[in-house]
Amino acid sequence: MDRRAAIGRLLAITGTLAIGADAFLSGCSRATPARQRAFTPADIALMDEIGETILPTTDTPGAKAVGIGQFMASMAIDCYDDASFASLYDGLATVDEACRRDAGTSFMSATPAQRTALLDKLDVEQRAKSRRRTDGEAPHYFRLMKELTLLGYFSSEIGCTQALRYVEAPGAYRGDVPYRKGERAWFNPTRRV
Amino acid sequence: MAAEHFDAIVIGSGITGGLAAKELTERGLRTLVLERGRNVTHGVDYTNATTPPWKIAHRGMASRELVAEYPVLRRARLAYEPNASFWANEHDCPYVETKPFEWLRGYQVGGRSLTWGRHCYRWSDVDFEANAIEGVGVDWPIRYRDIAPWYDHVERFIGVSGSAEGLPQLPDGQFLPPMELNVVEKDVAARIRKRWNDRRLIIGRIANLTQQHNGRGPCQYRDKCWLGCPYGAYYSTQSASLPAAAATGKLTLRPFSIVRELRYDRDRKRVKGVSVLDAETKQEIEYTANVVFLCASTFNSAWILMNSATDVWPDGLGSSSGELGHNVVDHHFRAGASGRVEGYEERYVYGRRPCGFYVPRFRNLGSERRDYVRGFAYQGSASRQEWTRDVAELGIGAALKAELTEPGPWTIGMTGFGETLPYHDNRVTLDRTRKDKWGLPVLAFDCRIRDNERRMRQDMMHDAAEMLEASGVKDVRPTDGSYTFGESIHEMGTARMGNDPTTSVLNAYNQVWDAPNVFVTDGACMASSSCVNPSLTYMALTARAVEFATRQLASRDL
Repeated sequence: MDRRAAIGRLLAITGTLAIGADAFLSGCSRATPARQRAFTPADIALMDEIGETILPTTDTPGAKAVGIGQFMASMAIDCYDDASFASLYDGLATVDEACRRDAGTSFMSATPAQRTALLDKLDVEQRAKSRRRTDGEAPHYFRLMKELTLLGYFSSEIGCTQALRYVEAPGAYRGDVPYRKGERAWFNPTRRV
Repeated sequence: MAAEHFDAIVIGSGITGGLAAKELTERGLRTLVLERGRNVTHGVDYTNATTPPWKIAHRGMASRELVAEYPVLRRARLAYEPNASFWANEHDCPYVETKPFEWLRGYQVGGRSLTWGRHCYRWSDVDFEANAIEGVGVDWPIRYRDIAPWYDHVERFIGVSGSAEGLPQLPDGQFLPPMELNVVEKDVAARIRKRWNDRRLIIGRIANLTQQHNGRGPCQYRDKCWLGCPYGAYYSTQSASLPAAAATGKLTLRPFSIVRELRYDRDRKRVKGVSVLDAETKQEIEYTANVVFLCASTFNSAWILMNSATDVWPDGLGSSSGELGHNVVDHHFRAGASGRVEGYEERYVYGRRPCGFYVPRFRNLGSERRDYVRGFAYQGSASRQEWTRDVAELGIGAALKAELTEPGPWTIGMTGFGETLPYHDNRVTLDRTRKDKWGLPVLAFDCRIRDNERRMRQDMMHDAAEMLEASGVKDVRPTDGSYTFGESIHEMGTARMGNDPTTSVLNAYNQVWDAPNVFVTDGACMASSSCVNPSLTYMALTARAVEFATRQLASRDL
């Protein structure tokens, strides 16, 4: 077996990693969902904008450019257990309601600043909830949105080759090379969340 | 029609079966290799070996479909869509967990040689003498001097990169140049060595080639070994032993061949051949041979013995000792420590090294006596955190994105692999009430770790934390990540070697006491587990047994 994957898990257990993929680890053993799983084009558009707010376009493309809304939808449909799916799905409406309450407008028509302010607040909320979450409890919807955004973005072709660096066959290993602040990190295909 | 005859039959094509085939054919024997699963052709069938990360299904996450298909693989945290086809179909091949057991199987040509961890360590006399000294299990019928030349032989063939360290508990071998520790690991190694005379942090000794070797490799540092390597840069049946065997012109390989029993001749006290069930057509086929090498993997070798010669011994061939199926061992693991490394912000690595570091056993050597017997070793690595890291103060947005596109702080972690004692009542049995897809009875597992292993786990956590702290690592956390029997995929025992036919299944040359032309050379033969990764020892025992068998055949003693 892959021992460094085991080490990665060891680190995950100790909480060193940000996104321990709670939703994936909760181990749904049935392939048949308890409820029909589907997202509307409006849901996907909303997830595109949520993703873009989490990882916006800067000197490199943002999450929307990698089709993050569709990615989040497919992953939630194919991989999530029922509780996590429900958390994410219902969370979309919650995000929109919170935006109307805070900014007086829907998330889709909110300004980037209004969106960022709201999602910053939700990120604080999900951190607090994650710290006191009990076994079997579904992860906070914004934690799931953030996990999927990071995974979908950094493992995409744009993420691997523009935001990060990736070579298929490095051809050598050097264990001590100089690094200057600002240089991009290597994408490591083996280390999975 | 008369059954087709071969000089030798090898059952199984994994780490030991592949090597047995190579050794037998190179010694001139016409050899039939029977593999229960499909064929996997080198290169061609490594479907995802060069798939870019963005084209990997679900980006490596387990889908609900995959989890439903591979529940045990999921429990072992190994369910990975790109190489799922290298693991046995769990629904076709069920087993019974009397106690929780993770049985992780590779049912295809190459077996688990395609997915193995590739760490290669020699046993020493500390390991071979432990049973005798402590009065645990039975004494090993061999010592280091008996196997040392065969370690040489195997290492030269498979190619093991590593560093010579002169440690008596972890003998040096025929190494290719070692891979490199990274800058943080080097400094931690130096601080451990300064503080403890008897502890070392060394680079893993691994069957990945650091230079061209026997026409294979070298390693391209892609770190995708378990998808199959198109460069043949790690040892597998496909990359090395099967081509060598085929080159002799004496090899016949038959996939989809489930061996249901060894045909025992009670008058000659020999096995005359095997009965095979074609996994696809369900047709019954017989083959005969002068000698049979049982290399079907630990529990499947036990299964075949249990299903053989039942007219003579109801519990199967090799059961006359009362030990067949007993003394199951594994390495209990996932106890260790990890932490954060300060500094080194201006240092990084290039390439993806396919192994980590190794801390050889240091407990209970010499005169030390802990509150448990035997010992453990660590595997670990240091690395800079990636985009998966938490950056609490950044939340979301452009600043988070900028931060995550750069490497994060260094972390280091290690997990112990501990020796499990051979308890007689840790066992597998045949459950004849449950059947697999082919109507064959399945195995039931009844194994658990006990106080010796639990006490050892305390040290596995404590010692790792202590070494990291002494090396200046911050926020060190000792961790017991829980362990289920079988999970380390180092399962051994069920047909142990020994000096006495009344207490062991096999003799000093891996021959079944009750059928000397049957050699069991996979993990089933092990009389204890040591704490080092076992595959290299299986291979050395296999090569040694083949040499013995061919001498016996030549002198007509078999």
